[in-house]
Amino acid sequence: MALTETMAGAGRVAPPRRGLWRLAAITPASPYYWVRLLLQNPAVVVSLVFLLVILLMALLAPVIAPVDPTFVDPGDRLEPPSSTFWFGSDDLGRDVFSRVVYGARISLLVGITVMVGAMVLGSLIGLVAGYYPRADTLLMRIMDGLEAFPSILLALTIMATLGPAVENVIVALSVVYTPNIARLVRGTTLMNRQQTYVESARAIGMRDFAIMRRYIFANSLSPLIVQGTFVVAFAILTEASLSFLGAGVPPEIPTWGSIVSGGQPRLQQAWWISVFAGAFLFATVLATNLIGDGLRDALDPRSRKR
Amino acid sequence: MIAYIVRRLLLLIPVLLIVGVVVFTLMHLTPGDPASVMLGREATPEQKDALRERLGLNEPIPVQFVNWFGSALRLDFGDSLFIGKPVTQALLDRAEPTGLLALYSITLAVLIAIPAGVIAAVRANSPLDRLLMVVSISGVAIPSFFFGILLILLFAVVLGWLPSGGYVDIGDDPVEHFRYMLLPTLTLGFSAAGLLARLVRSAMLDVLNEDYVRTAYSKGLVERHVVIGHAFRNAMIPVLTVIGISLAGMLGGAVVIETVFNIPGLGRLLVQSVTRRDIPVVQGAVMTVAAIEVLVMLLIDVLYVFVDPRIRYGAD
Repeated sequence: MALTETMAGAGRVAPPRRGLWRLAAITPASPYYWVRLLLQNPAVVVSLVFLLVILLMALLAPVIAPVDPTFVDPGDRLEPPSSTFWFGSDDLGRDVFSRVVYGARISLLVGITVMVGAMVLGSLIGLVAGYYPRADTLLMRIMDGLEAFPSILLALTIMATLGPAVENVIVALSVVYTPNIARLVRGTTLMNRQQTYVESARAIGMRDFAIMRRYIFANSLSPLIVQGTFVVAFAILTEASLSFLGAGVPPEIPTWGSIVSGGQPRLQQAWWISVFAGAFLFATVLATNLIGDGLRDALDPRSRKR
Repeated sequence: MIAYIVRRLLLLIPVLLIVGVVVFTLMHLTPGDPASVMLGREATPEQKDALRERLGLNEPIPVQFVNWFGSALRLDFGDSLFIGKPVTQALLDRAEPTGLLALYSITLAVLIAIPAGVIAAVRANSPLDRLLMVVSISGVAIPSFFFGILLILLFAVVLGWLPSGGYVDIGDDPVEHFRYMLLPTLTLGFSAAGLLARLVRSAMLDVLNEDYVRTAYSKGLVERHVVIGHAFRNAMIPVLTVIGISLAGMLGGAVVIETVFNIPGLGRLLVQSVTRRDIPVVQGAVMTVAAIEVLVMLLIDVLYVFVDPRIRYGAD
């Protein structure tokens, strides 16, 4: 046993340990070649750096924001951007910069938790549907039913039922994006189930659950990671739309969507309220999409040439 | 062909049944008594009883579902709790602005996306391709409400050329109608065009690598002929599917755009009904949109036959 493990390990090329300048040392034969491809893509690197800044902004919001985002100062209403109010102030005299900084928290929280939620639910449903033909029809018809609605409509309907709260937005959007993941995992499961290694695993008496985990799920990982990145982007966008419509997070919590919506009636006098929050939202979603594209190109050998 | 369409129409029933179960279940998961939730705290017990009776809430849940779904199939979703008319009538009253907005936007999206995607594929990896793809990924990533607000800021607030919101009926004044619809159409059309252009490009790239395209070039056909006559037609199948999905997605997009531009359409009605918990309207609107989406997808499948004569339905 120990011998086979060493031999299997010998063929692998170790990942780079000493920073990016060793990137060229990862050869195409390495299982980590995709990391090199990914980090050689300038759009991906810029996006990763930008998202890191947004993440720090969200984590350190109380330190970065000059004032409490809900602090109302009637004396400072609709101040244009200046050295005191970097992004200006809104119609209640609240500091727009502080609100944008705190808004990053909701967007990232929703984006990441919805991705995890949809991946867990979708993977389970997809694995079961793909592995057990008897469960397939029922599960996939339910997924069809959920997919027959445009995502924002399904999210709105669920929010109408649950009422406005951050955790309800997360539940609603996880349900909305589950069919997408389930369909993907079902597809890869159906494909892998036919492979001889699954047959041999079954022949040596491995349990279904272990086969699904070790041979089927592990082989679905790369498309799943790519799709997961896009789910983060969609979830951030849909959360912002829900908040914009007033059907998402409760109004007292600043989110990018609700800041843009609050600024719309004041567009004539105070463009800065909507524009800064919207720009951050746009840049975050764009960066996430670019990373998704980069991951797809790096992980899928077929798309590399393009 | 006809047999195929009939079979597909019959298959719609189980899909709609599932959609119905989803909508019905969601609306009945509302914590607490729906009658108290809808009427608010001040309602008297008599009022609540009357509403419960009117909505059939005293029946067992499965009976309620069968009653509701049976009427829904006959396009009867009950009465709105706020507007004071049948849901179907309320939906019909609001259908025109949404329908026209979706129609204008999908037309614009197709007119932008198909040339952009084809050019990007033919000149793959050129600076022009890169530029087109950056613009199209921005179309996918920009929140439609934010893009709409930027357009309002530029064309209504700064330049003062176009109205910032509202709606004029096409029958009342066609010129004003288009002036009001221009910005919403640009907003919704641009985001759909982004996705579509990326798909047209990748579908075209697949086809351009085929042997018959090389044959066409090698027998001396000019590029225009090869691209339009040989490649484009074969790339149309996945493109048609996405046009169908985009058209259905427009109905979702309209929810946001109609709120930004204050257009009295189905989307605004739905958002208003969600906030005031007008459950029959929400159920009716969502069921209608889902049914339209499913019908559009069927229409697209039928259109395949005209695009690609190799596809024959019902011959199995």
